[in-house]
Amino acid sequence: MTVTAGPAVEGADGRRTGPARAVVTGVGVVAPNGIGTAEFWAATLAARSGIGLLQRFDASAYPVCVGGEVLDFDDAALLSQRLLPQTDRMTRYALAAADWALADAGLDPAGLGEYDLGVLTAGACGGFEFGQRELQKLWGTGPERVSSYQSFAWFYAVNTGQISIRHGLRGHTSVFVSEQAGALDAAADTARLLRTGTLRAALTGGFDAPLCPWGLVVQLPGGLLSTSRDPERAYLPFDADAAGYAAGEGGALLVVEREDTALRRNAAGIYGRIAGHASTFDPRPGSGRPPALAGAIRGALREARTDPADIDVVFADALGVPDRDREEAAALAEVFGPAAVPVTAPKTLTGRLYAGGAALDMATALLSMRDSVIPPTAGTRAPAPGPGIDLVLGEPRETPVRNALVVARGAGGFNSAIVLSRYVRSPHHRAVTRPA
Amino acid sequence: MSGITLSQLVSLIRDCAGESDVADLDGDIADMGFDELGYDSLALLELSARIKQTLGIEVPEGDMRTPGGTVRLINDLASGKDA
Repeated sequence: MTVTAGPAVEGADGRRTGPARAVVTGVGVVAPNGIGTAEFWAATLAARSGIGLLQRFDASAYPVCVGGEVLDFDDAALLSQRLLPQTDRMTRYALAAADWALADAGLDPAGLGEYDLGVLTAGACGGFEFGQRELQKLWGTGPERVSSYQSFAWFYAVNTGQISIRHGLRGHTSVFVSEQAGALDAAADTARLLRTGTLRAALTGGFDAPLCPWGLVVQLPGGLLSTSRDPERAYLPFDADAAGYAAGEGGALLVVEREDTALRRNAAGIYGRIAGHASTFDPRPGSGRPPALAGAIRGALREARTDPADIDVVFADALGVPDRDREEAAALAEVFGPAAVPVTAPKTLTGRLYAGGAALDMATALLSMRDSVIPPTAGTRAPAPGPGIDLVLGEPRETPVRNALVVARGAGGFNSAIVLSRYVRSPHHRAVTRPA
Repeated sequence: MSGITLSQLVSLIRDCAGESDVADLDGDIADMGFDELGYDSLALLELSARIKQTLGIEVPEGDMRTPGGTVRLINDLASGKDA
């Protein structure tokens, strides 16, 4: 995305001004350590973990038996009965979070034009649990027993589609499939579509739920999941004992609007704005060329017109795999200087959520900004040798957060970084009033 | 070949496509359109598969307009096969 794209906005005094800004007005969360934004945020600040021994099925014989499950989600109470036969767990989370994000924003889709609202989500896993059940029918009781809903219930784009149908959001819809980096790419494209005037508002974020037998087994060949059977020691990014990560389920959705749209409808509150983004792709393994993560971070800062010194916190990708942690620490040290910026990874309380991971990190960064507090990284105790980072450990750190950087890497070489900035009303919007 | 009652059909609908969001399926719904009841073409595809599994009768989803009409269709096919 480019800062120059898009028509200028007409200010209240008729002056043409800069391109429209993308502001976040609503947040909806379903996470292993909290269902709903308030519960998740309280758990995150108190370092209450949602990672445990897997409970939904007996994983004791699997090489991996720890993960971040969402255990108290009451789908029958939250969703209509018509939706249950046609949705995977991840879609149920996404639909609940969409309801909550719109309610949080006070945004009634009927108040905007038919094609003014869109949905851009990330998807990395698809509906594994639904798909497993249908595959079991296919090979167990025959193809005629396979649900016709399997045609879309497994699909990467299904969360976008179901949200669009549920709320009548008929503007641009799309899905980003770049593993853990996807939600940042979706948010960036959302900001671009708002700037160019294609949309006035959108839901963006991501959800995955790969913790069923099939979903877990397909993650094993990658060799990056921790085989620790102790939930408290399974995911220790940047620690000398780091040995992989725990997978989790859930994610977050954000309502993002053009600033002028949010102000005209007197939006109740603005969490912050999407200030800049960049994505890069790593060179082929074995090429000898360096990883491209620092380039993504620099690109995001450049687009946000923000100096490294003005970033108050970095939400790290924090893979928990020693050489990849070193790469990330080196990229941060290269851009910011050694230990020059607080770094945190509250995903140590949820596990890595794939498409939901960076979405939840964006939600967490916006809550940090709102409450001027950086949540801690759990688990990690003894920092690994290598480039120094100022990792926030133990207790939340109270400090003003004006600009936050969220970093995400997707398996296969995706790097993305996004800058979220505290919202200050644009000068040309100061006099905005509803025309008589 | 056996036929079906409206309440048996409703039970198949509930089982494969979920309870209606807009109407009480135990009420007077025999002549309401499936679309009015909130069931789309995929729900009818599911129902068609379930009817075939349960009764051994093939009713194309495109021929199903209302619950009452579908019951008549099934029962006509059932008696035709018996005859």
